[in-house]
Amino acid sequence: MFDWLQHFSDWLIYTIFEIGAETHLGIALNFFVYDTLKILILLFFIVFIMGIVNAYFPIEKLKDYLNKKKLYGLEYFFSSIFGAITPFCSCSSVPLFIGFVQGGIPLGVTFSFLITSPLVNEVAVAMFLGMFGIKATLIYAISGILLGTIGGWLLGKFNLEPLLSDWVKSILANKMQQAAYIEESQTFSQRLPEISRSAWDIVRGVLLYVVIGIAIGAAMHGYVPENFFNQYLGGGEWWTVPLAVFVAVPMYANAAGIVPVIQVFVAKGVPLGTAIAFMMATVGLSIPEATLLKKVMSLKLITIFFGVVTLCIILSGYLFNVIL
Amino acid sequence: MTKVIKILGTGCPKCQSMTGVVKEVIAENGIDASIEKVEDVMEIMKFNVMTTPALVVDNVITIKGRVPSKKEVLDLLN
Repeated sequence: MFDWLQHFSDWLIYTIFEIGAETHLGIALNFFVYDTLKILILLFFIVFIMGIVNAYFPIEKLKDYLNKKKLYGLEYFFSSIFGAITPFCSCSSVPLFIGFVQGGIPLGVTFSFLITSPLVNEVAVAMFLGMFGIKATLIYAISGILLGTIGGWLLGKFNLEPLLSDWVKSILANKMQQAAYIEESQTFSQRLPEISRSAWDIVRGVLLYVVIGIAIGAAMHGYVPENFFNQYLGGGEWWTVPLAVFVAVPMYANAAGIVPVIQVFVAKGVPLGTAIAFMMATVGLSIPEATLLKKVMSLKLITIFFGVVTLCIILSGYLFNVIL
Repeated sequence: MTKVIKILGTGCPKCQSMTGVVKEVIAENGIDASIEKVEDVMEIMKFNVMTTPALVVDNVITIKGRVPSKKEVLDLLN
């Protein structure tokens, strides 16, 4: 599918820049051009497709669906899927949380959404597709959705409502008036240019991270010895998965920058399961997110939330290492 | 009559680009309007929006969760 891109990279580096195909520099630059362009193309298409999906299923509709349909226990699963298809923006997590809870959706179901939304986002999926291929991407996306489902269900078992912040409790007590809203009446063809424009905006926004991530990855490819990680992380010792996850939770790395680096880890001997767990912990949980959630949850609730999700990620890391 | 425009958003990149678009449209077309950025989450939630940024014109929510094009904003303000 990307053969033409490989030809282009060969032509650009070997013919135009006249850097030899046998030199380290030539190989590294070729890799860099090919990977960067491939990722950017994938990114644009996936964000574009998600934009179309979103035009048809805006968040309000999804919320109403969860609210009105009897789903017989499947609501956690649906909520998790909705989280995956909704584009994630950390600054929307608080309004989303309140909107859901206020709409009468149980806290556990809301958590399912909140867990999966950053975990399975279009940027992470595109990067995974570009660096690991379709199989690993499917495993990542499906396990992310299952993790949100199980995590939300588990959190729903606790009695967590008293742990919401006073502000949220008062919102729940006095139902607020919905401000007037004019339904958007644009047709699909009117929206298409706008969807492609915002897809381009997102690609432009992460461009720098992609370039830096791939550059670091390319450099590591050359300089980190072949079995370096094997000695420390790759040996499959039981503590390697929790270690990878605990290192990753506070990190706030852009998925665009972290995946190329993880790819090198895997190439140098770290098991894919450990790498996926690391990735999930990096994009799924972070200090800035905790700070935002502080407005709606008590510290205790945030701790429980992060604890349950961390545990789920560690367990799925073990599971992947066993089955992959 | 002066239009009252409010931009709801906690300061994420999308909210900033929405502010940019709205300001440009107003300047280019000489529209009589005031812009207020609402960045406090508690204030934002009074409008009951679930996705930011949101554009509020004379207390009516017109756009939420995305950055509009200039033409769209112009149509909304006319």
